[in-house]
Amino acid sequence: MDMRVNIAGVEWKNPVTVASGTFGSGAEFVDFVDLNKLGAVTTKGVANVPWAGNPTPRVAETYGGMMNAIGLQNPGIDLFCERDIPFLKQYDTKIIVNVCGHAPEEYFAVVERLADEPIDMMEINISCPNVNAGFLAFGQDPKQVEKLTAEIKKRAKQPVIMKLTPNVTDITEIAKAAEAGGADAVSLINTLTGMKIDINRKTFAIANKTGGVSGPAIHPIAVRMVYQVANAVNIPIIGMGGIASAEDAIEMILAGASAVAVGTANFHNPAVTMEIIDGIEEYMKRNGFNAVREMVGLVK
Amino acid sequence: MTQRKKETAIIVSQEQLADNIFSMWLQTEASQAAKPGQFISMYTSDGTKLLPRPISICEIDKENGRLRVVYRVTGEKTGTKEFSALKAGDTIPVIGPLGNGFPLEKAEGKKAFLMGGGIGVPPILELAKQLTCEKQIVVGYRDEHTFLKEQFEANGSLYISTEDGSVGTKGNVMNAIAENGLSANIIYACGPTPMLRAIKNYAEENGIECYISLEERMACGIGACLACTCKSKDKDHHTNVHNKRICKDGPVFLSTEVEI
Repeated sequence: MDMRVNIAGVEWKNPVTVASGTFGSGAEFVDFVDLNKLGAVTTKGVANVPWAGNPTPRVAETYGGMMNAIGLQNPGIDLFCERDIPFLKQYDTKIIVNVCGHAPEEYFAVVERLADEPIDMMEINISCPNVNAGFLAFGQDPKQVEKLTAEIKKRAKQPVIMKLTPNVTDITEIAKAAEAGGADAVSLINTLTGMKIDINRKTFAIANKTGGVSGPAIHPIAVRMVYQVANAVNIPIIGMGGIASAEDAIEMILAGASAVAVGTANFHNPAVTMEIIDGIEEYMKRNGFNAVREMVGLVK
Repeated sequence: MTQRKKETAIIVSQEQLADNIFSMWLQTEASQAAKPGQFISMYTSDGTKLLPRPISICEIDKENGRLRVVYRVTGEKTGTKEFSALKAGDTIPVIGPLGNGFPLEKAEGKKAFLMGGGIGVPPILELAKQLTCEKQIVVGYRDEHTFLKEQFEANGSLYISTEDGSVGTKGNVMNAIAENGLSANIIYACGPTPMLRAIKNYAEENGIECYISLEERMACGIGACLACTCKSKDKDHHTNVHNKRICKDGPVFLSTEVEI
């Protein structure tokens, strides 16, 4: 069974990574997961300097999912390079560093700092709904996305994945803009902006008022968007959004994703990625597939 | 590598102690490494509720491989409501033990306050059982439903406060300390934030070493998602900002380390 996938020239041993922000840099999960078994580890977003994030409460449970507004708390790129990258290098998996910023210069600083680091890919978060509302608008504007992608590509030494927001009228326009800017791959979807009101406290359930909704409840939306984007661009897609089982992951692959990322489900079962990898392999056996790539975008 | 897992615990017994307060004994591997002040993540079987419920450990019975949790049912159609309907022999997925727990060794040779309020009362029981120093247990309840009272009496000098004045001192745990003229040189506390804030202030004004167990909305429960942070006085070595993770670095903190 050939579980390997090739994403922009980087060969993963299988198509399963984790969604940024749900897995830290992996250290908290080693008791539950064999990191060597993951196709790739995608780290929590890292900025040029440490960010303290939003006030609490930062999360709320929603029907079939959750909502978060962590606010991209992160230790900054210096400590990240000193601690998190060497930690991940102990394992036989690909390292995808998620990069965040408030402004183009902040992204550039991180991208340039990563140039000489032994990482495999970078994922650019232009879609976080919880930080600086003005900047999400940036990820919602095709012209800006193309320009930022091109500027990042000029500076990046590793393949660049642009992570897209679903909070747009037509996600294919954003995906095409990323491709036009030279993106090596796109990942989607980030969380959907939502709101929850605590009727007992008579206020917002999370301090940020709005948060990003994730989990199984949003999976059909993510599958639809992956399908649309697969029909709009020629670069690989990393599909994510509510994947909680091998079946969910396979749906995403059949819709056009070359690889998948598991997010919120890690909170329900920290070992879920291991089960998903095994489940994909079993599905392939049962259905006569010899390689994951045979399944990608099979449903037209 | 991969030594821990989400395991299936078996319910040994379940009883209601007071309005919306339930007690459950679980047969679980989590009992083996458990310490007072730690918690377990408990999962519902309702597919629409994904996040674990962090529930503090009330008693540990290592010999029989059991843990006791005493928890509050927070409403209809909640995860805790589902837990309260479980019967002996039923199963529940859990992960644990999680968090740091109370530092018992700090109390050696000292005179301690063990303070609990509301649903922060239960973790004080195992603490009281394991501490060997002079123990003054000061617990606050809403009304006459003073759950765990007999067990506290067997494990230290007990002082009770109730909001309605039906038992012990009328008011809160701070009122109970004042009314009984108590003093201590180390404090362990768990309860609602306003209570912990009052205890923290009292401890700092009087120069008393004080450990408080904090609570916040959690998602992962294992230190990865950064949902349940609290403000720390110094820059935290892990987060590199003035935030600590309650689920991983806590839930118990030296009061002077955190801002609440």
